[in-house]
Amino acid sequence: MMGGLFIIITSQNYLKKIVGLAIFQTAVFVFFVSLAKVLDGTAPILTKSLSVYSNPLPHVLILTAIVVGVATSALGLALVLQIYKNYGTIEEKEIENLELKSDK
Amino acid sequence: MFDLFLDDAPALVVVLPLIASAIIAFMPSKIWPWIISMIVLVFHLALSLHLIEEVSISKIIIYEFGNWEPPWGISFKIDGVNSGLQILFSSFVLISTFYSRKIFLNEIEAEDTGKAYSLWLLAIGSLNGIILTNDIFNLFVFLEISALASISLISLGAGLNRKALLAAFNYLIIGAIGATFYVIGAGFAYAMTGTLNMNDLIIQLSQYSDGQLAIFAGMSFMLIGLMVKAAIFPLHIWLPAAYSYAPSAVSTLLAALATKTILYFFARLLFEVFIIYENYLIIFLDFILFPLSVIAIFIGTLIAVYQDDIKKLLAFSSIAQIGYITLAFSLRDHSGITSGFVHIFNHALIKGGLFMSVGYFAILYKDRVTLSSIKGFGYKYPITSFALLICGLSLIGLPLTNGFISKLYLFQALYINQMYIPIASVALSSALAVVYFWKIVEQMWFSDIKPKPEKEDPSIYFPIWIITISIILFGIYSSPIIEFSTLSADYLTQGLQK
Repeated sequence: MMGGLFIIITSQNYLKKIVGLAIFQTAVFVFFVSLAKVLDGTAPILTKSLSVYSNPLPHVLILTAIVVGVATSALGLALVLQIYKNYGTIEEKEIENLELKSDK
Repeated sequence: MFDLFLDDAPALVVVLPLIASAIIAFMPSKIWPWIISMIVLVFHLALSLHLIEEVSISKIIIYEFGNWEPPWGISFKIDGVNSGLQILFSSFVLISTFYSRKIFLNEIEAEDTGKAYSLWLLAIGSLNGIILTNDIFNLFVFLEISALASISLISLGAGLNRKALLAAFNYLIIGAIGATFYVIGAGFAYAMTGTLNMNDLIIQLSQYSDGQLAIFAGMSFMLIGLMVKAAIFPLHIWLPAAYSYAPSAVSTLLAALATKTILYFFARLLFEVFIIYENYLIIFLDFILFPLSVIAIFIGTLIAVYQDDIKKLLAFSSIAQIGYITLAFSLRDHSGITSGFVHIFNHALIKGGLFMSVGYFAILYKDRVTLSSIKGFGYKYPITSFALLICGLSLIGLPLTNGFISKLYLFQALYINQMYIPIASVALSSALAVVYFWKIVEQMWFSDIKPKPEKEDPSIYFPIWIITISIILFGIYSSPIIEFSTLSADYLTQGLQK
């Protein structure tokens, strides 16, 4: 979790920021799924032999969250592509320099 | 047959724009996407009015999706807290969609307008979902849909200024971090209580009334996530660029409604659910939200004074205005919450009107509207300029405008709580607002050039004037706003009185 956040904050490259965001989100998903585990639990299938099973709800929630995460990454990558087309670079420092020049 | 629709009205107000959004995405970009959006939003307003009618008989509507009973299924709730906001939302989106047509045609490429309306409706549907949902995970989904739709809409501004791409990217990264924080918090809450439904959460949380560390951690994560999304100082850094580089119609929608809906949910979470832990709430409100709001009011206005770009000026003033709302909430009593909601309503109208007029100037001037570029606009485009003047006076808080009502209620609430330093800070901020607004007025009416009046487009100034007239109307006859806000505060303070 913190690794992903660290990458987002420290890296100067927009593509790496997207990767950091993906790691951060995935870590949260794993945290969510881990909440569902019941000791000695199995998959929640309705049979007579099984009585202890893991909670399926967090899995379902995370399925939704994964879709949201994929959409976020896709939109982020599309934006990075457009930034590259417009600026010719995806390094934060270089873009800042370009903007400073164009403001003058 | 029509009754069948009305029974499902709470779901339809969210689902209709979402379905229409999907249909519009496959349509050729001509006038049709706009016509369909308008038809859908007229229905939307009718359904909202129907919902309010039902609620006002002191009745709460809980709509269960798929007939799954609340603790298990997702439910929507319409009660006194959000009924007023729903009407404001519904009517404002209709007006701003009417306004958006010519603006979109001028600001983005013709073949993109269809897609723009698809995203526009997606944002509207999901923001409405935030208003109605009664499920903390469902809220996350709506938060993200609305964020993704608004980011795409902001990036459409790239045709005018490539900085829009950077603004959109920063919003994406910061917004996603905020939303993920919110999910972590929801995870903690779920781990402790086993429920995501807000009504059930209140019951389950009260079992741990002595307080558990995991719950406090979860609450903090959720609140910080929402603070990022609501652009509460100092988590506002995405907002100024996002508002100022977006196409003008998009700035109007975002500035007026996006942060307001999240602020509403923020208040709901604080005073309906987290009120069980009063000690925690007092620490959060008194030592975190209260000082941050006071600083936000001051800093936001101060930065606005030094801005040259008018859309940026308005964006920074938004940060100060959000500060007023959170300051009112941090008083945590009936008068404070009422004045917070009053300002949510009034500020949505004021900022909507201001961004609409400046957006029209932007397409007339065909470049970014800076202070030097609007010289003599007061004579050149008198109709729009006069609307801008009234909205601006309302932002300062002059009598006969709804901004005055906001300030009056805020001062009253602060006075009841004997908070004299914030009173001084709000007064100072209003004085500074006069400074930055005077800079605009000076350029528009008192510069050396006095051009001849030019023709203005009625399809653009008509919606602007609807907003302006409503600003004056609610300034003179303010009881609808006061009633809705008092009702919201009545519902939200039920927990406080216990």
